[in-house]
Amino acid sequence: MSTGNGVAPRPGDPPITPELVDEHGLSPDEFAQVRRILGRDPTFTELGVFSAMWSEHCGYKNSKRLLRLLPTQAPWVIQGPGENAGVIDVGEGNALAFKIESHNHPSAVEPYQGAATGIGGILRDVFTMGARPVATLNSLHFGDLDRPRVRYLFGGVVKGIGDYGNCVGIPSTGGEVYFDRGYEENPIVNAMCLGLMRTEDLIRGTAEGVGNTLMAVGARTGRDGIHGATFASEELSEGDDEASRPQVQVGDPFTEKLLLEASLELIASGHIVGIQDMGAAGLTSSGSEMAGRSGTGVEMDVALVPVREDGMTPYEILLSESQERMLVVAAAGREDAVREILEKWELEAATIGSVTASGTFRVLEDGVVVADIPALPLTEGCPTYERPGEEGDEVHALRTMDISPCAEPPAGLRDAFLRVVGSPNVASKQWVYEQYDTTVRANSIERPGGDAGVIRIPGTNRGVAASTDCNGRHTYLNPRAGAMGAVAEAARNVACTGAVPMAITNCLNFGSPLKTHIMYQFREAVLGMRDACAHFETPVTGGNVSFYNETDGKAVYPTPVIGMIGVIGNLDTIVRHAFRDAGDAIFLLGTNTGELGGSEYLYAVHDLVAGEPPGVDLAAERTLQRCVLAMAASRVLSSAHDVASGGLAATLTESCLGRPRKGGGVGAAVRFEDALPDTALLFGEDQGRVVVSCTPGDEEQVRRLAVDFGVPCTRIGTVTGAGSALRIETVSSALRLELDVLRERYFGAIPGIMNEAG
Amino acid sequence: MNVAVITFPGSNCDQDCVRSVELASGSARYVWHREVSLGDSDAVIVPGGFAHGDYLRPGAIARFSPIMDAVIDFGRGGGLVIGICNGFQVLCEAGLLPGALLRNRSLRFQSHDCFMRVERADTPYTGDYRVGQVIGMPLSHADGNYYADPDTLAALEAEGRVVFRYCDADGTVTQEANPNGSLNSIAGIANAQGNVLGMMPHPDRAIEAVLGSMDGLPLFTSLVGALARAEVA
Repeated sequence: MSTGNGVAPRPGDPPITPELVDEHGLSPDEFAQVRRILGRDPTFTELGVFSAMWSEHCGYKNSKRLLRLLPTQAPWVIQGPGENAGVIDVGEGNALAFKIESHNHPSAVEPYQGAATGIGGILRDVFTMGARPVATLNSLHFGDLDRPRVRYLFGGVVKGIGDYGNCVGIPSTGGEVYFDRGYEENPIVNAMCLGLMRTEDLIRGTAEGVGNTLMAVGARTGRDGIHGATFASEELSEGDDEASRPQVQVGDPFTEKLLLEASLELIASGHIVGIQDMGAAGLTSSGSEMAGRSGTGVEMDVALVPVREDGMTPYEILLSESQERMLVVAAAGREDAVREILEKWELEAATIGSVTASGTFRVLEDGVVVADIPALPLTEGCPTYERPGEEGDEVHALRTMDISPCAEPPAGLRDAFLRVVGSPNVASKQWVYEQYDTTVRANSIERPGGDAGVIRIPGTNRGVAASTDCNGRHTYLNPRAGAMGAVAEAARNVACTGAVPMAITNCLNFGSPLKTHIMYQFREAVLGMRDACAHFETPVTGGNVSFYNETDGKAVYPTPVIGMIGVIGNLDTIVRHAFRDAGDAIFLLGTNTGELGGSEYLYAVHDLVAGEPPGVDLAAERTLQRCVLAMAASRVLSSAHDVASGGLAATLTESCLGRPRKGGGVGAAVRFEDALPDTALLFGEDQGRVVVSCTPGDEEQVRRLAVDFGVPCTRIGTVTGAGSALRIETVSSALRLELDVLRERYFGAIPGIMNEAG
Repeated sequence: MNVAVITFPGSNCDQDCVRSVELASGSARYVWHREVSLGDSDAVIVPGGFAHGDYLRPGAIARFSPIMDAVIDFGRGGGLVIGICNGFQVLCEAGLLPGALLRNRSLRFQSHDCFMRVERADTPYTGDYRVGQVIGMPLSHADGNYYADPDTLAALEAEGRVVFRYCDADGTVTQEANPNGSLNSIAGIANAQGNVLGMMPHPDRAIEAVLGSMDGLPLFTSLVGALARAEVA
């Protein structure tokens, strides 16, 4: 029986029942919309296609309306949201493609492969724009390391990221790692990639030119990851570890490397007009999105798709998320030339269909039509919702809790200082980043461990700085202030290296949007991000939303991760975070206000996540960053380091210790006159502060620039040279922290836990 | 004067090596692994990376790439061959150098700076260094733990074929300064004739001040100089 357009149910397909529709994650209203679009009932194959494309992961149905509020434009933005990756102009004819994406759900189930394939996906998003990947960063959030399962997840994720990125040969230049019980069951694994190209080499994921040829390129299609996009759009529950394994894909970094080189060669050859990763929802999303963007249609026969196993149904082939595959639109007549390039790289390219004028996503199996869906309604017609939101009672109670009794450190100030500096959140992440190749391609100017990673643009003396940031505790307690703070910190990190903040990509990790307190978090975070991005002129060029990061009803902290890009026009002006020479003057730029709400001090010393987190004065923050940039450009700084998690205690320790080196580091003597409790002064995480140092000869110039910009600038001390200590005086206390002790705490914390606990 | 840089499908450092030779005022070109001839090359660099994915054992499959017969003939005939990182592993698998690179003592991939002491300054690769000079550069590998049987090891030492040895910043060879567990803290060795060099650290990532170290550049200037002298001779 035909159901129209020649589409017939396939023998053996299950009947379309309300239960089947529900299992596919479509509401009755959404199903009615499907029927309106088709003018008939969908086939089983079509139901699968709609289910994937209208999943949260692909369709953004609960986020789209709010995301439209984000600023996306600036003169330097070449490609905003909606493509495989955003692209900005970074000068001298160079363009940077960059994007961040989550792989939280797979990593919770199988940390090694989950994280590895996350890297694979984000690399493909970047090189399908025609850009060569030049750096990766990540943002990782786990539960507390005293839990064996957390150590298993942490170790597996780090190894997965390392093994994949190292094999493909992309340096890791930075990132962040947080540990907090708010991520106990659901780790956050976000991977970011930066790629460079000449501006004229940009290519997009489009299916232009009726009669051009669709080719499936790269790895064969198997049964792995079917409905991964839908899986990523549901909560996890107890026992999902085993049951969900088939939805996790397995990575093959060597094939990825081949695909990378082959794709860049293909793009340079001019034989193709469009290319897109078969990522979430595989052939379905790549085919329909390329047609949707171009206003064309595509027709493909699944019998022509190279498969790994026999007997795969159209449903399975269309929804497989097998890794390391691309959909390519070749110019008609150039198919052999395409195949030749792929063969050089030991990969397959199969002609599977063509671009049509029909405007539909049409799929055949051995010539029999199994799906025929209008492309644009499929890709853009997903119903969107703006659900009500309200702050949760639990978080309200925590946020408004009186934390002033906690200003007193139970075992004294020195003990608190060492606990904060040795907390895995503040402590060096050397154990992590030494498992990542940080120097391959010989352009890593600033490696992980500083404020932001810096990569040189080959052939120039320019650099691109990048930082990923989100303090989940701050966003949990106050999502708007926390999200603003994440943008501010990311911009400050980039500015501290001497790079001008230019644009961001974001990865919004939240619980279920169907819950009012989660929707409140999401809405507030987007609004905070909107305000900060508008103020700093750092538009959003793309990113990813990951909802349903929950297990058994308990959601992660709202975690809107910011991936910030900055450009440094002259690498000779780069600034690093470590103090340099004895006798250098140390200044604090900005004002101490002693904000302990949501601080690492409260967590590490009082086991508490509470209080109002630090707010952001956007105007003051921007002025501060411009002031730091002016100081960097006039080459008067010996060092610059931002103040964030762990407060001044962490900043001063890191500036003294510098890079991990036996016996390395310099001492400092500082004195604060602020009338604040010692803990609030040393551990407060107030935004808008940077600690800089300069030679005595440049002191006057530093002061003058601060006055010019109207930035509070206080001389707080002096660098005292190698082998000494960090000495801190306040109006009420004096601390002397030997460098050996600090070094042991700061560099020894995470290796101590991972090597001994196993 | 022409240096051939072999490109396997999984080579990641071929471009870094070409640039290094060029910064040393030499000229270099890529030779695809499926070619069977080195053409008119005067020296060969086997670069770092994961030649064929290395899912089996680093270099085990690369050894069978078509170009390798030419590389082996070239090396046995006295031609200058350098293997860096994965290239060192490939040369061991191909039998041009003795021993093997085992999994790091930490059992993890390691990427960080290291110090090495120059043990020989009279090879074609180290003429621009001094004996005892301490040089710093990045290393980046999972399998860099040099192993050879006792006789081979004794021969390497007796014949002065250990070219680079891991050490601390002061040049002292200690177990603490040995990043991966290599026997005798070996970071780089030469074959008996002295024309084939293998090393795990990356001189190709230490060629400009802006990268934090220029200590790798003399390796390439030494090579280019040796080739130039050979041309004159």
